[in-house]
Formats: sequence, C-alpha cells, structure tokens
Amino acid sequence: MNLGERFPQGVVRDERPGYSGWIVDSSLLPNVAQTLRREEGFDYLSSVTGVDYLPEDLFETVYHVYRTGGGPGEIIKVRTPRGRPVLPSLTSIYPGAEFQEREIWDLFGIQFDGHPDLRRILLWEGFSGHPLRKDWREPMYEEETKPFGARWPEGRRNGPPDRAFTRPADALAPGGWEADDDRALYAALENEAGGRPEALQTEFLMVNLGPQHPSTHGVFRVAALLDGETVVNLKPVMGYLHRCHEKIGERNTFPGNIPFTDRLDYLTSLSNNFGYVLAVETLMGIRPPERAEYLRVILAELTRIVSHLWSIGFLLNDLGAFFTPALYAIEERELVVDIFEAVTGSRMMCNFFRFGGLARDIDAGTVEAIRALVEERLPGKVDQLDAYLTGNEIVQARCAGVGILPREKALAYSAAGPVLRASGVPYDVRKAEPYSVYDRFEWDVACRGGCDVYDRYLVRMDEIRQSIRIIRQALRALPAGPVQTGKPQFQPRVPPGEAYGRVEGPKGELGFYVVSTGRPNPWRYHVRAPSFINLTGMAEMCRGGKVADVVAVLGSIDIILGETDR
Amino acid sequence: MTEETLHDPQIPLPDNLLGRIAVTSIDRIYNWGRRNSVWPMMFGLACCAIEMICTQASRFDKSRFGMEIMRPSPRQSDLLIIAGTVTKKMTPTIVRLYDQMAEPKYVIAMGACASGGGPFREGYNVVPGIDQVLPVDVYIPGCPPTPQALLNGLMELQKVISSQSWRTSPWYRRGPREIPVPQLGPDLVVEPRPQNFPKTKERGT
Ligand code: SF4
Repeated sequence: MNLGERFPQGVVRDERPGYSGWIVDSSLLPNVAQTLRREEGFDYLSSVTGVDYLPEDLFETVYHVYRTGGGPGEIIKVRTPRGRPVLPSLTSIYPGAEFQEREIWDLFGIQFDGHPDLRRILLWEGFSGHPLRKDWREPMYEEETKPFGARWPEGRRNGPPDRAFTRPADALAPGGWEADDDRALYAALENEAGGRPEALQTEFLMVNLGPQHPSTHGVFRVAALLDGETVVNLKPVMGYLHRCHEKIGERNTFPGNIPFTDRLDYLTSLSNNFGYVLAVETLMGIRPPERAEYLRVILAELTRIVSHLWSIGFLLNDLGAFFTPALYAIEERELVVDIFEAVTGSRMMCNFFRFGGLARDIDAGTVEAIRALVEERLPGKVDQLDAYLTGNEIVQARCAGVGILPREKALAYSAAGPVLRASGVPYDVRKAEPYSVYDRFEWDVACRGGCDVYDRYLVRMDEIRQSIRIIRQALRALPAGPVQTGKPQFQPRVPPGEAYGRVEGPKGELGFYVVSTGRPNPWRYHVRAPSFINLTGMAEMCRGGKVADVVAVLGSIDIILGETDR
Repeated sequence: MTEETLHDPQIPLPDNLLGRIAVTSIDRIYNWGRRNSVWPMMFGLACCAIEMICTQASRFDKSRFGMEIMRPSPRQSDLLIIAGTVTKKMTPTIVRLYDQMAEPKYVIAMGACASGGGPFREGYNVVPGIDQVLPVDVYIPGCPPTPQALLNGLMELQKVISSQSWRTSPWYRRGPREIPVPQLGPDLVVEPRPQNFPKTKERGT
C-alpha cells in the first residue's frame, strides 16, 4: 500500500540505500498507525525500537507491523531531534507497544506522550543516562568497538580500578540518595486499580513475588495488588538479568554476535542463531545451500521440542507437581541435548549457524541418531506425557478457564507463539511469511480457542508433534552437498542498510533488527524478544483471578529471563 | 564424596572390625555429616541455572552427594550456588539472601559470569564476578559448566568443608558477619563488603 499517497504531507518513502518503509512525521504517527490497523488490516505490531543516528543528530523510532493473515509487513519510522526526543505514544492503538516504549525510554531516553506508565523498565529509576545512546560509554570500557585494549598493559593496571563499585566516604550508608523505584511502581499499581475495595472496609495488599521465587523461572518479579486473595492489578518487574545484550552487540563484529544470541533464550540457542543469521543474510543478500537449509530446520525444530518439553515440565512444577513431570521431560531433553553436543560441541550454547550456512556438517551417524529419536523414541514419550497429564483432574482444575486472554486482547498486546495461538489466532511466522525451507513441508499450525492456561499447554503438546513431523520430512529429503556458501569468513562484508529477520521461535516471534553502516560492527542490533512482549498481556490474564493462579499463568507464558531482560 | 572415611585411620583397629566400628574425632564426624548433607538454595540467575537443574535431575542426580534437597528459602539452605550473571540490579537481593542464610554457609560461583563477568563483563549493568560482593568458596569454570563440572565443584566444596575445624570456625565466634546490602545509585552500586571482611582463604581452616 502507498502511505505516501494517502498522507501526501508528512509521509515520505525511506530512500536511503538498503532501507525501506516510510518516514512519518511525528505528529501524523497516530493517524498513520490508526489507518494501518483499522483500514489496512495490519493488526499485529511486531516490534518497536529506536536507533540513534548520532552523526545526523536524530533518533529514529522504527515500527514493524504485520497482518496476522500473512504476507509482508510495513515499516514506519519516526524521526525526532536528539535534543528534544518526544513522540506520541501508540499504546492506545497498539497496546502491545507499552513495554517496548518503556524500554525505549529507558535505553534511549525517547519520551512517549500519552503513555500510561512511562517508567524505566530494565534499569532502575535513578540510573544516570540512557545507555543505548551512542555517546553513552560504559565505565572502564569506553572504546567504540571490540577488541578492547588491554586493561593491564605491561603488567600494570591502566585506568580506574576494575571494580563494579564506587567507594564514597561513608561507604556503607550512602546518604542523600534513595531508590524511589518501588514507590513509583506501587503508586502506579494503585492508580490503575482506582479506589479501595468496596464491600468490606479493607485495604489492598501489596505482594511481591520474586525476584527470588521458585516459580518465577529465574530472577523475575511480579508486584501484585491484592484484595484478599483476588488480584486487582499486577505489574511485572524485570531487568534483574539485564545483561546489556544490545549495547555489547553493537560493539561486537557481526559474526561475534552469534554466540551472544545463544544466551538470549538459553534453552533454544539454535533458533536464536537462526533469527540473527537470517537478518544478516538478508543484508548481505546471500542464501545458504540446500543442505544447510534442511539442517537448520531440523536443528531449530529439535530446539522447539526441547523448549516445549521443558516448559511443560515446569508448568507442572508451578502447579505443585513438584519435579516429577519435570524429571520425565528433562530425561527426553537430555537425549536431544546429546545430539546438540555431538553436532555442535556444546550442550546448550551451540553457536552453530553462520552467515551463509553452518559451522560444520553433520555426520551420517548423527543423522541416524536424530532419525531414531524422532521415529522411535519421542512420539511414544510425548504420548506418555499426554496420557499422564492432559486428562489429569488437578491439571484441568488448575488450568482450564484460568488466565483468560481473549483473541482481540492477545492480538492487541502483540502476544506471540503458543500464547497467541492458544487464543485462537493461527499466526505462525513459519506459515505467515515462510523463511528458509518451511514452505516445503506438510504440517499444521497448532491453534486452539480456549484462551486459557490449559490450551497454551495443549498447543505446546501439539507443536511438539508437529515438529516431529517436520523433522521426519526434512530427514527424508535431506540433500547432500556443502553446508556453506563460499568461503567461511571471519569478517564478512555487510553492506549498509537495515534488515528485520524474524523466525518463529519456541516462545514466539523472535525478531532481529540490524542496521549496518558498512563497518564490521552493527550500528544497531535489536532483539524483538517474545518472552518480553508476551508479558505485556500478563496483567490482563491475572486480573480478577486468585493469587495462586499468577504462578500458573506465568508458567503458561513460559518466559526465559535471558530473553526477557536481554 | 571425598576420600575421607568416618574412621580415623590413625587409630588402629583390628581388621575384622574395620567398616563396622569407627573411632573418630569430633571434627571428623562433624565434617562428615555436614559435607554429605549440604542443602543448596534453589536459586538460579541465568543460563547456568539450567545446567544446575539438569544436575539435579535423574541423569546426573546430585542426590548421590546428599544434596538433593534444594530449598527455595535461604533460611533453610547451606549453599548458595550463584548460577549465572550477577547484575547490579540484582546485587542487593543476592546480598540480602546471603545474609539471611544461617551459618555455616558456602558460596559457589558457577560459570564464567559468576566468577568474573563472563561474556557480559563489560556490560553497564553487570557485576564482574560475585566475589566483588560475597566471599566465594569454589569457582567453577565454563559457560555454562557441564553438569559434570558442577559435580566436580561440589566435590571441591566437600573438600573445603572437610578442611574446616569447629575450633577455628568463624561462625561460632562473636561479632557481626552480615554484609551490608548495597544500594542502587545513580550509576553504580556502593561497595558493600567491609574492608576487613574475611576473604575466602582465611575462613576458619
Ligand atoms: S557463564 Fe555462560 S552460561 Fe553461565 S550464566 Fe554466564 S553466559 Fe550464561
């Protein structure tokens, strides 16, 4: 569609070489978004991110929108001067922008007018500066790119001491500064809840789950406002595992980022590799050879099986079936992980995909092992899990009808993966915009309409079966040949431009937005993390439910903190 | 499972009684009991925690070391396995958890991140190693360490425990041993460890 004709003033095509999409005037942004969503059917806001073009002295905010029916998306960009970065918020049109806009405020310092709760999300209130700005340098690591110079040249320490801590005069009781983080959080919770409980003259109760809590799957915190046992309002609090992934990624070389993507969602390192190499391959304009494509699909689907097994096991853990179902799931996972170890050399951090192919070929024995696993072992074991769990009375009582996220809400909140598909939206990037060789296989999108925890569990079960189906076909069709186009390169030339590579990761749509300026390092490297964005709808799922269900809902969203916080 | 048996080999016993009777010292039985019933805290920070869970599961089975009971509460655990990247935002919580554990308590830095920041060392929100805040007993290299490596680390910890004596152990002494909880500041956190806090090697051996 031609947005330029629809809005002759204020919308122009982005004509920089290697770029696409539309540059929209910030005052027109809500109108353009409204048109895209209401009239053109772009109902899914995939990613929002910022880019700091320091030499041109402007910030660009980039929106990627798609149709859940499938097909290519639209990219709109809004420019703001670095001196006064203010934009209208899109939360009223695409509520899924809520956390992403907060993240941009946190890391870039771009303000969003009309955002309901614009606070820092990954760092803490009071942190000085916005770290993803190009002129913000990390203390002690001020260089622009890696490799960093020696911190110990000639055996002597260079620069300030390598400590994470400053040491003010009264070191143990610093006065004058107080974290007002939590006060702002609690105030926001109460504001949104509005008023006191009506029936009894009681007070709301503020309960924090986490960051150290056995069922938060890592260091995640939920601040819940309770009326008795009922959840009135709730906000996820994150950033406890914010490892500065994007800032580090912008100083790594392009291939140097591949091992870092492993550590995003650390259960699914191969799918993460997949998304990133797809983005960079789009920029470079290359395709891997056939054999590599098939192997990629096989490995990515094995990863999906591992991830879903894990999440099912731990959902049951959260429901109180402490560790027994998880032990069954982990047993199968170990078998797959052994294959990863044989193929890539590592159990978890596989670091195996390269631009234009794979790091190594797979030998015949391993192919045979994969075949034996998906033909003989896994189907039976999945049926076994199914038989033990699906009909279980307690599982049904705790899951069915709990954590409802209706279809419209799921779309509006940009939920992805099993969360979206359990709400009746058959949206799967592998079908909607097929990448690699997914269009050659016969498989179905797992989709259910129950919108609750139980159906999210069932969708995961279905997806394991579909993955097994895909792997079987891929193994049968696996061609011979090389696994790398051209010579493997340490320093590939990536032409200037932007690319958004997205794959259907086990947790949902995983996107990588990469901007290259032709240098060895990406200028911008952004991860659209499904675990992060799926949390936007969490309050909606929990409101009105009991506090014990929060844990079940969280288990059904299946977050991995490495990806949520990055 | 360290080599050390309950019976003190310096005390001679007739051969036919060996294995049935043990003559031992207080230290020996005290450490024997402690090192075979360490309760780790159920506390994972990042990727390394996944391997920690795998170590707990049936294939590697940590319970062979008497360590199968993982407690989510710091009050009931003896061992804090720092499994993952320590971030500045998380540091106050970690220190608070450590303080809440009852003595004697031990800390294992599992993986590159917990030992020294690992791949994320230069990050603005990353603490380069938990030993900036807590005294560490055992470091385990790897990213992530395999379950075998973690088991090896746990055996090293058993050696540390065996080498201690109740007579010199610091936890029966007086004086505060709490680590002040750091506060998040405008950029960095504040040095929480008092200057005279015992480092790893000086702890009651
Ligand atoms: S050492 Fe490696 S595996 Fe462990 S937490 Fe750090 S990055 Fe993750």
